[in-house]
Amino acid sequence: MKGLYALYSDPDTVQRAVDGLRSVGVADRDIVVMSSEPFEEYEFSHRDSATWLHWIAGGGGAVGMLTGYLFTSYTQLAWPLKTSGMPIVSPWPNLIVIFELTMLGAILATVVTLFITAKLPSRLPHLYDPEITNGYILVGVQQPAVDSTARMKLALESAGQGRVKVVE
Amino acid sequence: MTTTLEPTVVNRGLNNPMADDLVRPLFHTSVWYYGMALLLASVVACGLATWGYQMWFGIGVAGYSWPVFWAFHETNFVFWIGISHAGTLISAILRLVNARWRRPVTRCAEVITVFALMIGAILPIIHLGRPWLFFWVAPYPSSREIWPNFRSPLVWDFFAINTYLTSSVLFLILPMIPDFALIRDRATGWRRRLYGVLALGWQGTTKQWHRLESGMQIMAIAIIPVAVSVHTIVSFDFSMATVPMWHSTIFGPYFVSGAIFSGIAALIIAMAVVRKTLHLEAYLHPVHFGNLGKLLLLMSLLWAYFVFNERLTVWYGNEPSEMAVFWATQRGAYAPLYWTMVICNFAVPFAALSLRPFGTIPSALVASFTVLIGMWLERFLIVVPSLANRQLPYSWGSYRPQPPEIMIMIATFAAMGLLYMLFAKLVPIISIWELKVGNQPHPAEAVDTEDEMAALWRARP
Repeated sequence: MKGLYALYSDPDTVQRAVDGLRSVGVADRDIVVMSSEPFEEYEFSHRDSATWLHWIAGGGGAVGMLTGYLFTSYTQLAWPLKTSGMPIVSPWPNLIVIFELTMLGAILATVVTLFITAKLPSRLPHLYDPEITNGYILVGVQQPAVDSTARMKLALESAGQGRVKVVE
Repeated sequence: MTTTLEPTVVNRGLNNPMADDLVRPLFHTSVWYYGMALLLASVVACGLATWGYQMWFGIGVAGYSWPVFWAFHETNFVFWIGISHAGTLISAILRLVNARWRRPVTRCAEVITVFALMIGAILPIIHLGRPWLFFWVAPYPSSREIWPNFRSPLVWDFFAINTYLTSSVLFLILPMIPDFALIRDRATGWRRRLYGVLALGWQGTTKQWHRLESGMQIMAIAIIPVAVSVHTIVSFDFSMATVPMWHSTIFGPYFVSGAIFSGIAALIIAMAVVRKTLHLEAYLHPVHFGNLGKLLLLMSLLWAYFVFNERLTVWYGNEPSEMAVFWATQRGAYAPLYWTMVICNFAVPFAALSLRPFGTIPSALVASFTVLIGMWLERFLIVVPSLANRQLPYSWGSYRPQPPEIMIMIATFAAMGLLYMLFAKLVPIISIWELKVGNQPHPAEAVDTEDEMAALWRARP
């Protein structure tokens, strides 16, 4: 069996299904929840909220800032040409380029990290169901242990009205 | 293979009319659409041909004559970069303050940013006369290891515009991925394959949603100062030069506020067109136009405040070279354009938006059209009169636009319309998933039991 999942139409039932799977011993990392919109008000949507994204964005900004500083300074020193009475390495004009590269670094670091941590691009997993885009919410387990399948199925069924499916 | 173990469980049959409404324009194309696209494409083609003509015969075919060597192309450059402030900046601010009414508006706005930046960035290249040497401004050393001069505002433009364009494209594309997944699951044939690729395998896991929302939050924070910097740096193209009425410390904020002003006007017009042509009356409500109209009125007052500051300082200083430009615009050759600008940017928006004589949407539209005219004139009046009235009277001159410049300007407007139409054909112009989030009933709101909550969910549009 490649997976077991249920489709529900409202997030309260989903929360009960997730709690039910936990109660039969399924670890949080093995429970998959898929939906066509985020549900910030529900606990199940915060299981994966730990992230280094903000720090990585800051790191990207720092790298961008350093690149901007080295880039402007190096190029001005590489051919020291006095312009309009300004110093060879002119801090005020250079700040503009440094600022832009700082922000660019932060934004690119954010997007790259987002793609890597969200596993994009990827192939659709076996557990996916196109009904999700019709508003249903999928709760399931990928490659469940054979001996605990019945308990998981019962947990999904007892959460509330939904359709339980098995992916062979 | 998927097997259903519990076929007896009722399929609640969640219908999704919201998604149907917003996806429909992607699947159905009217004759009107083809006709309009053809017309706009023809105008763009004429503009490209005119650019070719200008390249072949030289920049002399434009109306430039000493001492006015910046004119229509620069006016349009500043105008379009200003229009680009409609989208990403406004969207980012509304996202950060979590304004619920922003949800149908954000994508309409972000698209304007991306296309206006593209068009705006091309205009200095058109002005070059020899556009194939554009790469000289890129941070790339020539054969003698000479790098571009980083002390030049034109090089700052390169960095600022490219940073803003990159950020805006990413800011636009990221929230489109879940919508591509929705279309992928509804489409067939080549569309299913196309949107399958564009959706990047999006599944909608809680982790993906969390990363997307966190990423958008960080980008919104980062993109606001970038947007402000872009038009400040465009203002530096002028204020770093010791030309009368250019060399002013007020130019940075003056340009930024003007950019947001014209950007909001462009957004209102785009939303009205989209609402009418794609039949999105159920999603773009008068309240959206009303709220944007309030912002437009605020920016109109701010614009008047900046103009008063600028004019009073120059007049009080009574410096002869600046007064020459001042009087040329107040009561000289440029006075008709100046007073038209004041009427378009202040008098009409103030009357239309504070009194709303035609109703919410028409009043906002009237004000927006006049603001676009007024802001274009403002850009022209910043660029040309100062160059035509330099410090010494022997270098005074005049400028009259020539047909190639006018044609290229018209083509830029046609290009904006065409790109917007093509985009609306490929992507839902309103973010479906964000709209759905906006319609989510809060668990603590107005329900006592879980059954009531489930019923509330089913009743959602």
